[in-house]
Amino acid sequence: MGTLSPTTAEVLRESGAIPKAEYLLEVANVRKAFPGVLALDDVQFRLKRGHVHALMGENGAGKSTLMKIIAGIYTPDSGSFRLKGLEIRLNSPLDALRYGIAMIHQELNLMAYMTVAENIWLRREPRNRLGFVDHGEMRRRTQALFDRLEIDIDPEIEVLDLSVASRQMVEIAKAVSYDSDILIMDEPTSAITEKEVAHLFRIIRALKAEGKGIVYITHKMNELFEIADEVSVFRDGKFVGEYEASAVTRDDIIKLMVGREVTQMFPKQDVPIGDVILSVKNLTLDGRFHDISFDLRKGEILGLAGLVGSGRSNVAETLFGVTPATSGQIFIDGKEIVVRNPGQAMDAGMAFLTEDRKESGCFLLLDITANMQAAILRRGYSRAGFVQQGEIDKLCEAQAARLRVRTPDLHEPIMNLSGGNQQKVLIARWLLTNPRILILDEPTRGVDVGAKAEIHRFVSELAAQGVAVLMISSELPEVLGMSDRVLVMHEGRMTGLVDRKDATQVKIMELAAQ
Amino acid sequence: MSEQALSAAPAEPKRRARRLPPELSILGVMIGMMLLFEALGWLIVGQSFMANPLRLKIMILQESEIGIIAVGVTQIIIMGGIDLSSGSLVGMTAMLAASLAQREGYTHAIYPGLTGLNPLFPVLAGLAGGLVAGAVNGSLIAYTKIPPFIATLGMMVSARGVADWYTDGQPIGNLSDDYAAIGAGWWPVIIFLMMAFIFHIALRYTRYGKFTYAIGANPLAARVSGINVERHIVVVYTIAGVLSGLCGVVHTARAISGQAGVGAGFELDAIAAAVIGGTSLSGGVGRLTGTVIGAVILGVLTSGFTFLNVDAHYQEIIKGVVIVAAVIADQYRQRRRRKV
Repeated sequence: MGTLSPTTAEVLRESGAIPKAEYLLEVANVRKAFPGVLALDDVQFRLKRGHVHALMGENGAGKSTLMKIIAGIYTPDSGSFRLKGLEIRLNSPLDALRYGIAMIHQELNLMAYMTVAENIWLRREPRNRLGFVDHGEMRRRTQALFDRLEIDIDPEIEVLDLSVASRQMVEIAKAVSYDSDILIMDEPTSAITEKEVAHLFRIIRALKAEGKGIVYITHKMNELFEIADEVSVFRDGKFVGEYEASAVTRDDIIKLMVGREVTQMFPKQDVPIGDVILSVKNLTLDGRFHDISFDLRKGEILGLAGLVGSGRSNVAETLFGVTPATSGQIFIDGKEIVVRNPGQAMDAGMAFLTEDRKESGCFLLLDITANMQAAILRRGYSRAGFVQQGEIDKLCEAQAARLRVRTPDLHEPIMNLSGGNQQKVLIARWLLTNPRILILDEPTRGVDVGAKAEIHRFVSELAAQGVAVLMISSELPEVLGMSDRVLVMHEGRMTGLVDRKDATQVKIMELAAQ
Repeated sequence: MSEQALSAAPAEPKRRARRLPPELSILGVMIGMMLLFEALGWLIVGQSFMANPLRLKIMILQESEIGIIAVGVTQIIIMGGIDLSSGSLVGMTAMLAASLAQREGYTHAIYPGLTGLNPLFPVLAGLAGGLVAGAVNGSLIAYTKIPPFIATLGMMVSARGVADWYTDGQPIGNLSDDYAAIGAGWWPVIIFLMMAFIFHIALRYTRYGKFTYAIGANPLAARVSGINVERHIVVVYTIAGVLSGLCGVVHTARAISGQAGVGAGFELDAIAAAVIGGTSLSGGVGRLTGTVIGAVILGVLTSGFTFLNVDAHYQEIIKGVVIVAAVIADQYRQRRRRKV
């Protein structure tokens, strides 16, 4: 065993926790609300010593929120939190580390301009007698850690120069270096190759053997059955149940995860598919995706599926001119167009609902009207520069009513709305532009079940009116339920274009995961 | 019918409470400060603070110069930027304008052949100088993507250099009466309020204003919404540059001379006026009515302390405290609003 960090040992000694408690961690009745959303509702979770416990659930099911509570990033509104049988309260991520809980974040948190060793020992740098950082010792410790984990990375290299997969391995080593009893891994395999996954699993098994507990969040079913001992399923912020991984099947888990949603999903109406509006030929954005070609017809919904990082969203951004293509052609009604910025895409009749509402969608500080009108002001609705607010207000009211945006009035700041209502406002923004081609990137991410069904219904209605829809989604049931055809991507390349009648979850996952 | 009335009734008071203009609270602060100085005046120096038209006039005239540039700076901050160059631009444009405004036949003029010009020429020269500098600021920020702080810091240093170089540090005097008339009497105040009014309308009712708020609230979302963010950044910084030029013109006309050091520190007072008035440095929030009140508060502080014979050093200390307190109060207010 490596050196137990003194702080962890100290805290545990002082805490008087039961040394051989069967459960490393037990949380119960946890509730956490964010403005407009109840993220966790009476949730429970427990982790056995020497076990890997997987968390499954769709996006927005509450897994990440629960993990952030366990890692001390969020404080729950209520609920009990027992570490080795002892009731504790975490007030910060540092607190969690002191209690022996380390988290490997999904988004990497390394400092790019610092070396691997400096990153790992940040805040815990070994010092020499004069109190200066002892780089030699830091290097030795890092090398020892890497030797133990069989990681082949130079400790002195700057993180900037590492590949994403190597960074992920450094993150894992860093979490292990805390000698924590509990390790939380939030989709640790989303950015690494199969070889590294196997490596990671070897590390996980070694940690299990040392009696550590691992919380493992994943979307990948095969990993679940390979590495997990238990699985807890979450849905819409609620705890569905805890199961022995060996006692359930893939289908059981899917059913538990999606629950009633499958039946509530609004399937696309059958509408006549018209002429080709948008035609894309060999569209390429160097380093992101290559040679994407497809046709999109009036009234058609084309699903775009693929794992996170497959380049799906990049294709949408490039089509809309957010990140202009490095090569390839885009045709509208058979005529080639140039798209170097979103304005040109809009002039060609496109509209683009982005993936990340907060990052690139909402003007959070502004009210609903300001958010809705953002895309139409550039053409029309102003006379000599003065905005014809009365006219626009009427249009916004009509859209809000049509999309059933739940709000006291349209002067409410958008940040006070729930995720689903925010999404409806953004959809309204684009409907006001009367698009012919609607690009939707994760239109129902972080949206509650009711709003989700409504959004599906609008999209279906729009297609019936002849709008061509390109829809990106991580949720396979959504892709399958809504799309006439599904384009599948893997690592920046098209791996298939599947017709509705041939599309199954298995088929698409095979193409997406290769 | 009755059901509608029932459901509408409870919503009414809540709505009214929310619609209170946010400027009311700082207007209250302003009035409170004036009353405080009034009371202290009677207690300490035995005379009225407010019932002295001359003092009020000097105070308002001084602050209207800061106010003119604050109109531009506020718009930049609402758009998520910052302008450190406005004070230096006042100095630079003051020299430009003054050099073309000298009295007819003045033999020691900068341009002896260009004396006694129609005041329109020096005014246009000042505005043009500000326009060019503002456009440079905006283009640097929009197209090289360097932070506004750095771009305008560079302009702050360079523009002051231009002001010094222009006459080798010598003041420019002997300005024509026609030119001086621009800064006479209440004109600076009128010009300030006119600018504030015009851009208040622009911010609230035009596309220009809507885009400014949108870019400040989320530049990426603005871009995805088809707004030409780069062009708009250039426009807003250019407008602010022109307003700095206007301030340079007004100042030289009022002082009847141009000096290279004019406007030093104005940029910080302008930012302070905007921030005290409720403009958020993170962008997307702010109103010019607030900035006008913010400028008056700064004026009240300065003239109030002078009136009470408080040492100038203490004045600065307290001014700093007031600026920080205003921002803390504002953040607190916003956080509370977000929780609603």
